[in-house]
Amino acid sequence: MSIPITLTVNGVTQTIQLDDPRVTLLDLLRERLELTGTKKGCDRGQCGACTVIVDGRRVNSCLALAISHDGADLLTIEGVAQGDRLHPVQEAFIAHDGLQCGFCTPGQIMSAIGLIQEGHAGDDPERVREGMSGNLCRCGAYQGITEAVLEAQNAIGTASRRKVA
Amino acid sequence: MKTFDYVRPATVHEAVAAATEPGAAYLAAGTNLLDLMKGGISRPDRLVDISRLPGLNRIEDVADGSVRIGALVRNADLAHDRAFAERFPAVAEALLSGASAQLRNAATVGGNLLQRTRCAYFYDVASACNKRDPGSGCDARGGDNRLHAILGWSESCIATHPSDFCVPLVALDAVVEVEGPVGRRDIPLEAFHRLPGDRPDRESALEPGEMIIALRLPAEAARFAAHARYLKVRERTSYAFAVVSAAAALRFEGNTIAEARLAVGGVALKPWRAREAEEILAGAPVNNDIFRRAATAALSGAKPSGDNGFKIELARRIVVRALALAAAGTPKRMPALPASPFAAISGDVIHA
Repeated sequence: MSIPITLTVNGVTQTIQLDDPRVTLLDLLRERLELTGTKKGCDRGQCGACTVIVDGRRVNSCLALAISHDGADLLTIEGVAQGDRLHPVQEAFIAHDGLQCGFCTPGQIMSAIGLIQEGHAGDDPERVREGMSGNLCRCGAYQGITEAVLEAQNAIGTASRRKVA
Repeated sequence: MKTFDYVRPATVHEAVAAATEPGAAYLAAGTNLLDLMKGGISRPDRLVDISRLPGLNRIEDVADGSVRIGALVRNADLAHDRAFAERFPAVAEALLSGASAQLRNAATVGGNLLQRTRCAYFYDVASACNKRDPGSGCDARGGDNRLHAILGWSESCIATHPSDFCVPLVALDAVVEVEGPVGRRDIPLEAFHRLPGDRPDRESALEPGEMIIALRLPAEAARFAAHARYLKVRERTSYAFAVVSAAAALRFEGNTIAEARLAVGGVALKPWRAREAEEILAGAPVNNDIFRRAATAALSGAKPSGDNGFKIELARRIVVRALALAAAGTPKRMPALPASPFAAISGDVIHA
């Protein structure tokens, strides 16, 4: 059985022959498209390591069937930097030591990008922690992650204000 | 995961026809179903993907004053819909206290109603479970059962319903619209989830092939907007199911409670509407004595199903706290930690 689906991944539209309806977006990215930046942690929607942006919303790619997402637009960690220029969230994670082992980091960064786009947290660290609670960090880098998200949000806000002016 | 046929119908009518076959299951976002399929708990032969059916993702005002929420509206979209959250703040608070931002972005309204219990013995296919495998027994009895049911349970099953969303919904008389092989019908949410009895495998009032089309909140439900809260005790600050929870909604005439709505979560296999408690509150002044009497009534009939007697008093206290905070008024802005019972609130009324 082969089912063709079309996906736009990091700006590139491609047709993919799915050989099995059970394939999740996570397994498709990692095993078929060789985009291994997105991590498989629990594979059950509990840890957030697999977070990607689908049609503008952060979701757990481990709990999304690829076949059900025919036509979707995906942004993964591989697509957030522009050439050698890191995304402001990536820069802020480095500046604030928002990681230790790094395994949860792609998911943390994609989740943070989603949280900033959603725009509900404001500059309140408590709201940032609540909004990031779907991303577990075994190393416990939460303090740095919270600071990084707040700084990145500020940087993105400043940049977009500059663009408007 | 067992393999399956995948069909993506274009209309509700086609979906119902495809799902009436034995072994078929509806797929919306799949945030619960895929988890269950990965664990071998659900083993459908056919997935009927309803996630793109047209017309089911709207929040609409109906002429009779009710609000109709399409079954495919995402949890996050409903919670952040300003007009909806202003009218039904306890529902928005419950939604935002459930799961994680990623899951709320995907999970649908219909799927939330149909999510399965998180009983660990239901999830562990090596354990006996009358819900998963009728007649096999219940390993939760005598097992690790401190979070299990204290109301409405049976010897067959002591699981709880995990939804936060359903708790204020049942308090506010929500109605479920379903469509099936014999047409469309309404089911009051209170009658939608079944208590276990001797058939815990039969979880809802849905007949084979029936699917949820929408959820309606009646016009009267918005009368409580100024005094409505959902509170939830969790074992960690965020991203956890309720140990116990309560939705409280009050309507005042002067300083007197004219009308009250109350439901308790995490205590039974369905969201537990507490009508006796509502009657005690109607016409009463605001004080902790009344709240405590209401809480006692809400939990009357509660008994431990195992090592969980503490949940009875914990549930009474969350009821008192929810009533006190509802009486103090719906916060102008959604709290930073939605449904947290630990938020600092000024005023004496909090000290239950």
